[in-house]
Amino acid sequence: MSVATPIRPAARRPAAAGSRKPRRRSLTLTIVTAFVLIYSLLPLAWLLISATKTQDGLFSSFGLWFAGDFALFDNIADTFAYQDGIFARWLLNTLLYVVVGAGGATLLAALAGYGLAKFDFAGRRVVFALVLSGIAVPPTALAVPTFLMFAKLGLTDTAWAVIIPTLVSPFGLYLMWTYATEAVPNEILESARVDGAGEFKTFFSLALPLLAPGIVTVLLFNTVMTWNNFFLPLIMLKDSDLFPLTVGLYSWSEQATTVGGEVVFNLVITGSLLTIVPLIVAFLLLQRYWQSGLAAGSVKQ
Amino acid sequence: MMITRRRALLGAALSITLLAAGCGGGSDEPGTEQAAATTVSDADVQAALEAGGNITVWAWEPTLTKVVADFQTKYPKVKVNLVNSGQGNDAYIALQNAIQAGSGVPDVAQIEFYALPQFALAKTVTDLNTFGAASLDGSFTPGTWGAVRSGEAIHGLPMDSGPMALFYNKEVFDRHQLGVPATWAEYAAAAEKLHKADPKAYITNDVGDAGFTTSLIWQAGGKPYTVDGTDVGVNFGDAGTQKFTAQWQQMIDGKLLNPVPSWTDGWYQGLADGTIASLVLGAWMPANLESGVKAGNGKWRVAPMPQWDSGGKATSENGGSSIAIPEKATNKTLAYAFLKYATIEEGAQTRVDNGAFPASTKQLNDPEFLNKEFPYFGGQKVNEVLAASAGQVVPGWSYLPFQVYANSVFNDTAGKAYLGQGTLQDGLKSWQDASVKYGQEQGFTVK
Repeated sequence: MSVATPIRPAARRPAAAGSRKPRRRSLTLTIVTAFVLIYSLLPLAWLLISATKTQDGLFSSFGLWFAGDFALFDNIADTFAYQDGIFARWLLNTLLYVVVGAGGATLLAALAGYGLAKFDFAGRRVVFALVLSGIAVPPTALAVPTFLMFAKLGLTDTAWAVIIPTLVSPFGLYLMWTYATEAVPNEILESARVDGAGEFKTFFSLALPLLAPGIVTVLLFNTVMTWNNFFLPLIMLKDSDLFPLTVGLYSWSEQATTVGGEVVFNLVITGSLLTIVPLIVAFLLLQRYWQSGLAAGSVKQ
Repeated sequence: MMITRRRALLGAALSITLLAAGCGGGSDEPGTEQAAATTVSDADVQAALEAGGNITVWAWEPTLTKVVADFQTKYPKVKVNLVNSGQGNDAYIALQNAIQAGSGVPDVAQIEFYALPQFALAKTVTDLNTFGAASLDGSFTPGTWGAVRSGEAIHGLPMDSGPMALFYNKEVFDRHQLGVPATWAEYAAAAEKLHKADPKAYITNDVGDAGFTTSLIWQAGGKPYTVDGTDVGVNFGDAGTQKFTAQWQQMIDGKLLNPVPSWTDGWYQGLADGTIASLVLGAWMPANLESGVKAGNGKWRVAPMPQWDSGGKATSENGGSSIAIPEKATNKTLAYAFLKYATIEEGAQTRVDNGAFPASTKQLNDPEFLNKEFPYFGGQKVNEVLAASAGQVVPGWSYLPFQVYANSVFNDTAGKAYLGQGTLQDGLKSWQDASVKYGQEQGFTVK
């Protein structure tokens, strides 16, 4: 870890300098920032307020203020109890897809990014071009072809249908590649090889700690993407026991558009609130890595 | 009727998959379909039930959950895997995808009447004459039985039906001293009076809905679609269609329609707060009002569908669905046993008890069903009105064998009239043109 420390103080230096000699605040900037803050928090506030309302209350009260009765805890209890408690199942499914899918994607991105950054081999430029084009194609466009391919393999309607496509993360790979180029000095790798360490030992004991901030960033990216993944599981999965939260909540919401379906807007809203809580927690806890990771490669050291 | 909101992405996916079905349809022999010979007897079906096995059912109809549970209790060796594969369009995309991919095809699939011809013509559903289903004639209302057949072939068994009726908020009607309109002219007059008295209130909502439009044309005696095998005609110029457009143009011009799309949260809100005072919809609506518009408890009533001619007794169907057996299903005999159980045997009663509106004559004529008083509707015997409507459906209607596609482009064509761009009659003409063009591309002979 001692090698990694120089990076973080360097990142903090501008802030530290700023606190010593406070700059005059710009009024315009403050107003713009305040506006953006309100703009981004408004949907969250709506969600939080709406989650306290009953089905009737949602229709009979102003959207951005509380209705007479406070039903948040009833709603939460109902969300977990509705349809034999399938919401908890969806939560566990999402966790599984995130841990295996996003976790696996991050591991693969770290291994491949490091390899591409630190080993010179023929065809590296081709791989680079492929990765870039992989970033350019939106996953949604690939969903239907992927479905047809998975159907031939007999993998649709299984957890693998969600996990395997999630394992591929071109953007994560690109980020790890850039990060590894900068964060892992070639000299360290050479001295390790001179000392007789194998390539895997070099990677896991030396490179991995150096790559930690980048890995956390990629992990966060992948986690958010997998957590919010909707279209792929929507077309891959039919069995509601395999749904992630996104598709499950959608199916609840669609009940309102079905003949004879039970309208449960209050549970959809409460479920949505519960769905974003873990993401908010992850962001708050890991935002330092998130920011440092985003800036990776932006400055030549 | 469009039950599911359209989404661009799924629409794109749909058009890919429909291609396959459409092409299949185009290569079929034209003319009236012959019935398949009976090869599986009732005794075979009974034996299959006793031997047991697994079937997968794709359906979104909520009452089937209980039906499946009861079915498994009655036949302990049979395991039914009930899957909600999405509703309406979503379900058809999923089904087309599975059929095209050739794997994961369910044994039973719920298909709405308007979508069934598309699957039937592509020969992706089994002709139930194989099981001797022709003997079930008379078990279903004539309208729904006609909807599952083409020529002699029987493509599914009717599960629920939607004979239309007028659902209205009596409290709002009373407050503004509106009588219950018996004709569409009276309906328009009531719409004007209501909107004048309370500018926020509308008699109903409509932003252009293919299912509603075709149902009203159907009731007016229009027959815009003629289908004979792969020979298809589309003509929105007939007298019935013009009756509808003249009346509805007046509603649009007078801004008498609440511009809220059906099935959205805004729609439920409008139904709850009285700004949407009535709906002319299928007989399945009571269950949705009871669960989605709790604030309307005791306020709503049901009346016969407004008529085009004073003193008339003509209605049409809106929505309604069948359950069918895909051609690539693995366990067709058990699947047929389930079809019968859910549509005419014990399952039909279970579904009615849980709020569904049946297509089977036995349930529709049951005094207990007809005399049931609905507290939500102020104790009214709602089913009497709805069952009467089921008996007055104008015969001879057919949907296009690519109605799912046609309905998906309604808003881009006819829907513009609702925004004041051109007249409704012109809009229907461009809908007709779009349907004809698509049909020709798919290999149909379209007039």
